[in-house]
Amino acid sequence: MSDAATIKVTPAKKERPGPLDYMRRWPIQAWLVAVTIFLYAPLISLMVFSFNDSKRNVVWQGFTLKYYEKALTNASLIEAFSNSLVIALCSTILSVIVGAMAAIALWRFRFPGRTAFDAGMAIPIVVPEICMGVGMLVFFAKIFPWPQGLPWPLNLGAIIIAHVSFSFPFVAVVVRARLASFNRELEEAAKDLGASEWRTLMDVLVPHIQPSLIAGALLAFTLSLDDFVITFFTSGPDTVTFPVKIYSMVRFSVTPEVNAASTILIVVTVLLTFLALKFQGTSALTAGHGPEKK
Amino acid sequence: MEQSWRQAKGLFAALMSAPLVWLVFFFFVPLGIVWLYSFGENRGLIDIAFTGTWSNYAKALEPLYLGIFAKSLWVAALTTFLCVVIGFPVALAITFAPDKWKPWLLLLVMLPFWTNLLIRTYALIAVLRSEGYVNQTYRFLWEHASGLMTLIGLQPLGTFQPLELLYNNFAVVLGLVYVHLPFMILPLYSTLDRLDRSLLEASLDLGAGHIRTMFSIVIPLAGAGIASGVLITFIPALGAYLTPDLLGGTDSQMIANVIESQFKRANNWPFGAALCFILVYLTFIGIAIQGLLDSSAKKRGMA
Repeated sequence: MSDAATIKVTPAKKERPGPLDYMRRWPIQAWLVAVTIFLYAPLISLMVFSFNDSKRNVVWQGFTLKYYEKALTNASLIEAFSNSLVIALCSTILSVIVGAMAAIALWRFRFPGRTAFDAGMAIPIVVPEICMGVGMLVFFAKIFPWPQGLPWPLNLGAIIIAHVSFSFPFVAVVVRARLASFNRELEEAAKDLGASEWRTLMDVLVPHIQPSLIAGALLAFTLSLDDFVITFFTSGPDTVTFPVKIYSMVRFSVTPEVNAASTILIVVTVLLTFLALKFQGTSALTAGHGPEKK
Repeated sequence: MEQSWRQAKGLFAALMSAPLVWLVFFFFVPLGIVWLYSFGENRGLIDIAFTGTWSNYAKALEPLYLGIFAKSLWVAALTTFLCVVIGFPVALAITFAPDKWKPWLLLLVMLPFWTNLLIRTYALIAVLRSEGYVNQTYRFLWEHASGLMTLIGLQPLGTFQPLELLYNNFAVVLGLVYVHLPFMILPLYSTLDRLDRSLLEASLDLGAGHIRTMFSIVIPLAGAGIASGVLITFIPALGAYLTPDLLGGTDSQMIANVIESQFKRANNWPFGAALCFILVYLTFIGIAIQGLLDSSAKKRGMA
């Protein structure tokens, strides 16, 4: 490296950036700062102004928690929020089970139609949300009407089913990435030592993929909590979720109450992201999105 | 080596049953019905007859709807282009950042991505509306400039007019870029990170500038990653519903908004279904093109 050589010959006052140290060049730094502002300024101002003591919510008037109080005493908002949490919880559990089963089956076995099944699992990931949404609308309207008037939370069943349909392929992707690092000989060793197929699965394979199960669960949970379009087509008047509720409030006007409710959800999401990081390191960040890193 | 399913039929059946049933019954059946409806006709208020007609597709080719398709494709393409231009330097910076910074920079990009789409769109509305922060700043500057003009004896600027930033096509593209930028940065980063750095160093040592190195070395080598980033951004942007709905005006409807109105307000399910499947076909065409590019890139890599 020529640069290193010159530095050795003339002991420089300040270390010059290496040729590829793009992070230390000012245009790139400025760009990074600008993009960060672009991504964060709207969100941060939303959060800051949820504490603003002004109805019109434009100029800073002083600190208040009254919009949080308002949001937390708004019965329909609370109902929507608890609906969302229950849906996310149920669909996460189902997605992890179904997704992990699919991943293990695809990794473990050769069978006729394997390629077709593999491709079929990718379709829910790529199909436009709106198409899946109308599919669910038609399905629950004509083919499989979800019984009306069931007690809570059973009335959320249709939404839970829809959410599992779009989350479990993502879980399968995450679990398969982890399975790739599994040493199949371990399984054979377990069987040689007398474990049944089932025991081998539960005592050898499942512990190995456990981190990916947790990462997949967090992914499914966020996807479910985040989903608006598909829920919008599946939900009825008494099964409103948090995003659907916020949507109807946003269409109306920009109010500090929506800011407060949004801030709560942002905080929940950030906490979940940090949990994911704790369990799987940074690879959880990119799980299911973009090419898997080796 | 994978096991043949015959060697452990019980386990295989147990593992396959739930995913297969779920995928077929709760995903392919709903889509299949929509597909059948796209060849159907409305009979009465709620009944739809499968007549095998192509009239819904013919209607989708009318200039009005063709225009909306063209507009959706154009908006998605512009969004994708802007995401590449904005995201590439960011991905580059993360790639060549010191190792201990990398996870934090990635987190910085990913955090907004994990935030609810609706909330992000709402945050943009708050920033862009006529009494939003952008217009507040503009007004502040305007009034001070106006005061300054009078101070130095010039005509003051006219009355302040807020910028129309919301409910138009500009807002839709801005919103789509805002929402999809992390989708682009991640695949770009993961390709750039795998790049052989000695090639870049060689290029720089041999006298090419940084710009030249980018265009002749990095971009050709990262082609597959750029293509996958483009696809990951383009497909959701093409089918975007929420952003044009909340940020767009009357003339910024995209295809998803038309589909929604056919299913909810206009109650013309067969036509909505046809539009829906045209969107699905467009998506598949995009994936196929990317697949072709990818395999040809691999072939070139082999040679």
